[in-house]
Amino acid sequence: MSEVFDLIVDHPFFAGMTRDQIKVVSETGTVVSYHEGQTIFTEGTDAVGPLLILSGDVALEMQTPGHGPQVILTLHSGDFLGWSWLYPPYRWTYDAHVHSNAEAIRFDGPGLKEASEVDPALGYELMKRFTEMLVNRMQSIRIQLLDVYSTPR
Amino acid sequence: MHPIPCRVRSVVRELEDTFTLDIEPPENDWGFAPGQFTMLYAFGVGEVPISISGDPNDPSRLVQTIRAVGPVTDALTAVSPGDTIGVRGPFGSSWPTKAVEGGDLLIITGGIGLAPLRPAILEVLANRDRYDNVTLLYGARSPGELLFADELQEWRGRFDLDVLITVDHGDRVWRGPVGVVTSLISRASFDPESTAAFVCGPEIMMRFTIQELQRKGITDDRLFASMERNMKCGIGLCGHCQFGRYFVCKEGPILSCAQMSGAFWTREV
Repeated sequence: MSEVFDLIVDHPFFAGMTRDQIKVVSETGTVVSYHEGQTIFTEGTDAVGPLLILSGDVALEMQTPGHGPQVILTLHSGDFLGWSWLYPPYRWTYDAHVHSNAEAIRFDGPGLKEASEVDPALGYELMKRFTEMLVNRMQSIRIQLLDVYSTPR
Repeated sequence: MHPIPCRVRSVVRELEDTFTLDIEPPENDWGFAPGQFTMLYAFGVGEVPISISGDPNDPSRLVQTIRAVGPVTDALTAVSPGDTIGVRGPFGSSWPTKAVEGGDLLIITGGIGLAPLRPAILEVLANRDRYDNVTLLYGARSPGELLFADELQEWRGRFDLDVLITVDHGDRVWRGPVGVVTSLISRASFDPESTAAFVCGPEIMMRFTIQELQRKGITDDRLFASMERNMKCGIGLCGHCQFGRYFVCKEGPILSCAQMSGAFWTREV
């Protein structure tokens, strides 16, 4: 099996998937490294596929006129980065900057989608997992929006 | 039970609206357990329950951290050294620091919720060899609103305590995590089967935190939260603070999830 397979086979995201399915996914992945301060992608550019962060810290930022970049979320070892590759118009919605040297697996989004078309069972397994991740992120952002630590007056 | 007049020794401004009072205790042998609270009386204004934030191993000091959120807390945070306030207590249940010895301990808190947990943290650190991994997860609104920032920095420097801090909104200089405190749970090292968790913060934060801890496999009898309800008497007589079948002032404020069972998830309880 490949290096990428070995890196993802025990990852919680893939728990419950067959080894054959994980092998197909791993064949679309490449191990990449980023140094502190590097930009992984910027808002509006082509969203080519998700990244699974193996180590290091990545900040999702939004550029706001007059205020510069605002960090809205940080992601860390074990987190998936990016879902804009799943849905049209396939463009990143935020900037992703490396806060500390990071290693990740960059998956080929079109390759994952093609494999899912060929094997709908694989596609369903992947969609379940990415949807759960989306729901969890949305829940978190809703709690942030509630501003629960503000002073109740 | 009447408030006992006590002299304020010092006042420290922690945050814009949050102050820590060092108060002369009502008696020489005054003591408290981590998680307990007192009723503090601003003469002529009113009385409120305030958690004790001091060191349980130092009975010579009554330390309380107060956020100004209304008329009474406005008055209490406006006091000066030498002023007198009324004190009743200590009241309520405590963090079960002894009962959870021998396993991993997760201390999860948000905002001013760090104050009621500070005595438990100090107690655990004073007996550090009795626990396995101890992790403090703290969520704050922004980097400028970290309570006890100097002490957090000191704790982060310890090799026997893992401290992870996240903020809801970062700024230009913050290089730490941004996101909700529950996002830190997966980064903590603990064995769910032998882990206890102490949780304190806004109730919404506690709900999501407890759900996440339950998902990780920590059982309800090892999940403890500090509950907050409108209190008046502080001794379980008036019923203002009823929460399900408990009075928060007497059986609480520290309750396990096994005790709270459905009440924690029931609206308007």
